[in-house]
Amino acid sequence: MNVLRDIFSQGAQMLLVLLLAPLLTGFVRKAKARLLRRRGPPLLQPYRDLVRLMRKDVVLADNASWLFRVIPYLMFAGTWVAASLVPTFGNGLLFSWTADLIAIIALLGSARFFQALAGMDVGTAFGGIGSSREVMIATLAEPAILMTVFAVAMIAGSTQLSTVAEFMGSDAVGLRVSLGMAFVALTIVALAENARIPVDNPATHLELTMVHEAMVLEYSGRHLALIDLSSQLKLLLYVSLIACVFVPWGTATADASAATLALGALLYIGKLTVFGFLLALFETSIAKMRVFRIPEFLGAALMLALLATLLRFVSGSL
Amino acid sequence: MISVVLWAVACLLALAPVGIVLSARPRGSFMLYGACLVLTATLCITAVLHLLDPAHPVLRTTLPVGLPWLGAHFRLDALSAFFLVVINLGGAAASLFALGYGRHEEQPGRVLPFYPAYLAGMSVVVLANDAFSFLVAWEFMSLTSWALVVSHHRDAENIRAGYVYLLMASFGTLALLLAFGALASGPGYDFDAIRASHPSAALSSLVVILVLLGTGSKAGLVPLHAWLPLAHPAAPSHVSGLMSGVMTKVAVYGFVRIVFDLLPEPEWWWSMVVLLAGGPTATLGVLYALMQRDIKRVLAYSTIENIGIIFTGLGLALAFKAQGLDWVAALAFTAALLHVFNHALFKSLLFFGAGAVLESTGVRDMEKLGGLIHRMPKTAFAMLVGCVAISALPPFNGFVSEWLMFQAILLSPQLPSWGLKLIVPAIGGLLALAAAFAAACFVKLYGISFLGRPRSDVAASAHETDRFSLAAMFSLAALCLLAGILPGLFIDALAPVSKAMVGNVMPHQTGLEWLSVVPIAESRSSYNGLLVFVFAALCGTAAASAIHRLASDRLRRAPAWDCGYPDADPAIQYSASSFSQPIRRVFGSLVFAAREIGEMPPPSSPRPARLTVEMRDLIWDGLYGPIAIAIGFATIRINVLQFLTIRSYLTLVFVALIVLLLVVSL
Repeated sequence: MNVLRDIFSQGAQMLLVLLLAPLLTGFVRKAKARLLRRRGPPLLQPYRDLVRLMRKDVVLADNASWLFRVIPYLMFAGTWVAASLVPTFGNGLLFSWTADLIAIIALLGSARFFQALAGMDVGTAFGGIGSSREVMIATLAEPAILMTVFAVAMIAGSTQLSTVAEFMGSDAVGLRVSLGMAFVALTIVALAENARIPVDNPATHLELTMVHEAMVLEYSGRHLALIDLSSQLKLLLYVSLIACVFVPWGTATADASAATLALGALLYIGKLTVFGFLLALFETSIAKMRVFRIPEFLGAALMLALLATLLRFVSGSL
Repeated sequence: MISVVLWAVACLLALAPVGIVLSARPRGSFMLYGACLVLTATLCITAVLHLLDPAHPVLRTTLPVGLPWLGAHFRLDALSAFFLVVINLGGAAASLFALGYGRHEEQPGRVLPFYPAYLAGMSVVVLANDAFSFLVAWEFMSLTSWALVVSHHRDAENIRAGYVYLLMASFGTLALLLAFGALASGPGYDFDAIRASHPSAALSSLVVILVLLGTGSKAGLVPLHAWLPLAHPAAPSHVSGLMSGVMTKVAVYGFVRIVFDLLPEPEWWWSMVVLLAGGPTATLGVLYALMQRDIKRVLAYSTIENIGIIFTGLGLALAFKAQGLDWVAALAFTAALLHVFNHALFKSLLFFGAGAVLESTGVRDMEKLGGLIHRMPKTAFAMLVGCVAISALPPFNGFVSEWLMFQAILLSPQLPSWGLKLIVPAIGGLLALAAAFAAACFVKLYGISFLGRPRSDVAASAHETDRFSLAAMFSLAALCLLAGILPGLFIDALAPVSKAMVGNVMPHQTGLEWLSVVPIAESRSSYNGLLVFVFAALCGTAAASAIHRLASDRLRRAPAWDCGYPDADPAIQYSASSFSQPIRRVFGSLVFAAREIGEMPPPSSPRPARLTVEMRDLIWDGLYGPIAIAIGFATIRINVLQFLTIRSYLTLVFVALIVLLLVVSL
């Protein structure tokens, strides 16, 4: 019975993230448009885009290799597995012990590794510029998020996300300086990793400062749909991660009843809405940075995260 | 069992003179490498059997060679067995690779005699049980590898590489000689006697510093790394793979044997020194690698990074051992040894791939490669596995060892000393930075050389390499995946080593549900490479089949889009230097004093604009430059002594005699 429920819960989680991810992106777009007093695309537009792209032919560049065709699936698989291991509405995920927080970050790292390779496969200048800048951003964002994970893991005494979430929901946490720093660092990294303003502009397509869009320029049809879906999953993953570590209230525990699970799901959607709106608000109120200002922005995250970890080493209560 | 090992090593030694004869024969290199393959495989299997023996016997034997009153002592314990596995697995893979690759050698006489001797030398180092045999084998290993480095001696750069290597190897051996001298002053040269003696704390500390200098110079710790990126790429590629993947591990063995085994309980500050050497080595090594455009030099610098990671693990193990937390020390120590094994696998694989590219195109410069995935698809696949594995990405093996290392760092707030409390987070940050740089570095290496369009005619007309080379690369790639998805097997195999060196072991892994890895407790952290791999594979294939069946599986080929401005010239692509330009700009100004000088002609001039990049190796300029100047200065001064009159010489001899007598009488 328990096993059945666990399998159901894990399966529901995998489906849920897959289904919710485009909605979150649609919501952020809509909110941004409303904040700019535009009407904006319909909430469900990302789904329609995905379906349309999936049905179209793939137009492949003449010298694209087999790797170029495999990478969208690799990226999608890596991101989906990672996203299905972050607790959303409930903690007791069957496979949560498969990969801890460090492994989830590394899975996303694999997806990024392949994406950067895809940018270089066709041999165009745009792909190269995108990959080159992406790895530059990653060299700062990855250590920053790892240090954040260190700080959080040392507070919770575990890198296991379920345990971390449970600990953060308990009274033992209290108010800590290091947690505040880790939160700011994680938010900055999330902005960078999801190619949001001020690091990259998700809406642009022909601009020299673009990073993510330049890498995927040669993709079309179902390949592009998968890459878009992976980016949407990644955004959802980061929002869920921030929610489950820093706002864990309402997340159903491992042995919760159906009613608590439903309540957890409702609260989760509420959290997504709030974070989505905050993201839209932040993006409309700030301008995009020059490429070489990004290292300073991410460097601040790295320093904050390092400081948070250091505080944990120095004192158990900070 | 030790007799089997010693006989196999003796056969390898005996193959060296046979190599001189065989090098003149048309199929000589094939026969020699075949024999090496059989012998190293035998050694490897014997060592694996010894490592897995549940009784963990310690075998000793003494041969009547070497110093007359001492003889040569040999000992096969868990640590030696593990390093024998690493050496001979690398050796077997290199020999298999060379079955095909060695045929292209223009002067086999310069490689064949030294190759088996080099393999034998490395194996003897880890078997030696007295200081004399250890040092002789160590020097033998250095000299044979030097001979292999200068085997293509017509290239002036190789001769310089060989010269720098010889100097640094002498320095390293000198440091080890002094270390053993200090250790053996009471008990004698035998390791068993040294182990039983109790040297004072000051003497042990001196020995640790000397050993770190001696083994660090062989392993490539910053700032003693200067020779490594010159010498490793200069050798033939299978030897490069051995030097980077295996010989640096012999240096790690030397460090572990002396510091963990021969010396008494560690002082806490030893670990500070090791951590301060290891962490910066990891980050600096890979940052250097990112700036290179020579494919083999990138790999050599990346070896420095991995050595930094290994020494960081060893430093953590020392710190925990010194504080009596031996269960965490076991975790850090196992992580370091697992990384030793993993690095031997993927670095050999990558050097073999680079060798296949070099053999097929004749160039090592990435700026002249490109598009090799179309011309050498199998090599490209194996290289991809190697690149993902070395970038510490799941589900491959590099990730597992770094993950264990991070778990050990997460436990280090338990260390009571304040110095370590402040340093360990910084070291953790450096490791994280190194991991991110490594991914960037290997995106660059793979993306520039194997993807895109060919940047030269030789790259456009490249051909796939032979089946022996492919067999070597694919078996290593398979091992990389196996160690990545079933790390528990390898961790358990390391248990006797960890038991002998730090006095505790990691929890038993193979009995766990679903073959997970659980370093401490499941509530704390766990990782299951197998499930991640299966999950991802299922998700990927499910997505592919669903989309192909339900939506569309049509595909058209067309010219590249490139935002509507495609350019047929392959020079339009990003090059190796331009790919790392952003990182050079962010980090390089600090580490390399990198400067970009743009020279724009005045508006009417038809002269092209020029961009020059200046980078300086600050360690070379700041450390080696002054030392070279000082030595030059001193030699000129001392040179005066060569041209004295007979009276001055007699006076000198007389004064020397007086001083000597004074010293003796005091």
